[in-house]
Amino acid sequence: MKELSLHILDIIDNSLRAGANLIHLNIEEDFGLNRIRISIKDNGRGIPANLLSRAANPFFTTRATRRVGLGLSLFMKAAERCGGFFNIDSAEDKGTKVEAEFRMDHIDLAPMGDIRGTIKGLIMGNPDIDLVYSHQSGNRRFDLDTRAVRAEFGNAPFNHPLAMRYLFGVIDEGLDGLKKAGS
Amino acid sequence: MAKVTIEDLKRIKEQITRETALREGDAAVRITVHMGTSGIAAGAREVMGALLEEMNETDRRDIRIITSGCTDLCRNEPNVTVEIKGQAPVVYQFMDADKMRKVFKQHVLKGEIQKEYVLAEN
Repeated sequence: MKELSLHILDIIDNSLRAGANLIHLNIEEDFGLNRIRISIKDNGRGIPANLLSRAANPFFTTRATRRVGLGLSLFMKAAERCGGFFNIDSAEDKGTKVEAEFRMDHIDLAPMGDIRGTIKGLIMGNPDIDLVYSHQSGNRRFDLDTRAVRAEFGNAPFNHPLAMRYLFGVIDEGLDGLKKAGS
Repeated sequence: MAKVTIEDLKRIKEQITRETALREGDAAVRITVHMGTSGIAAGAREVMGALLEEMNETDRRDIRIITSGCTDLCRNEPNVTVEIKGQAPVVYQFMDADKMRKVFKQHVLKGEIQKEYVLAEN
């Protein structure tokens, strides 16, 4: 993957396929400690304990249609390549948590890329799931909890054009604010 | 972006609730962007972004965008499926932002299938 934000989209896609309807996404860019930490937690059906150790093996997949599964293994390799670590924790019927850390000045580190495209695409493509997104960059922070927005809108769908415009405004404004922190 | 006031939110909510009540359950068009590792690596997010921009520009309220998992047609990704009510679904292949805009303007809005990008018509 060319961007960290594409890995994030991919890992959350796993969560959605596992029946999750609530996703926690945390991104911490810590310039002092020279690291980026990404964690994704879902309430999907989880991975049985006997399969968990193989979940990030590219030659393991639960799908019947083909014999490779690449999403988790690509994310793990990216973290390990950048002097960081990768961890996956899961409990059946409770959910899965995936964490990865990257050394910020590592030459092989992919850029964060279009994180707002990832967030917007996720929300609009899956208007029934909730996303709790927290993004810290230096001393600035952006939080978005779609459950709160949903309450404001009285459960009106997010993919209605008016709701979409409002949400995109919130996301753009929040992430524009973060960008200034990084520069 | 200008700050949104509580009044703005109320107005948006009322309008959405009104319009949603009218058309719940019968979207005339359903557009599916297939994600999954290979689709994402091949550019599905950019396709989705272009689609959202087109949606933002249209006044149509009866079009729904959804994402789904991998189609197992990895070699032909990104894939997009357009389903217009009463018509057979059309699967497009090797999509990118520009092709998506064209499919939206010509197929979704005007009903003209873009044959050059079609993988299959069921």
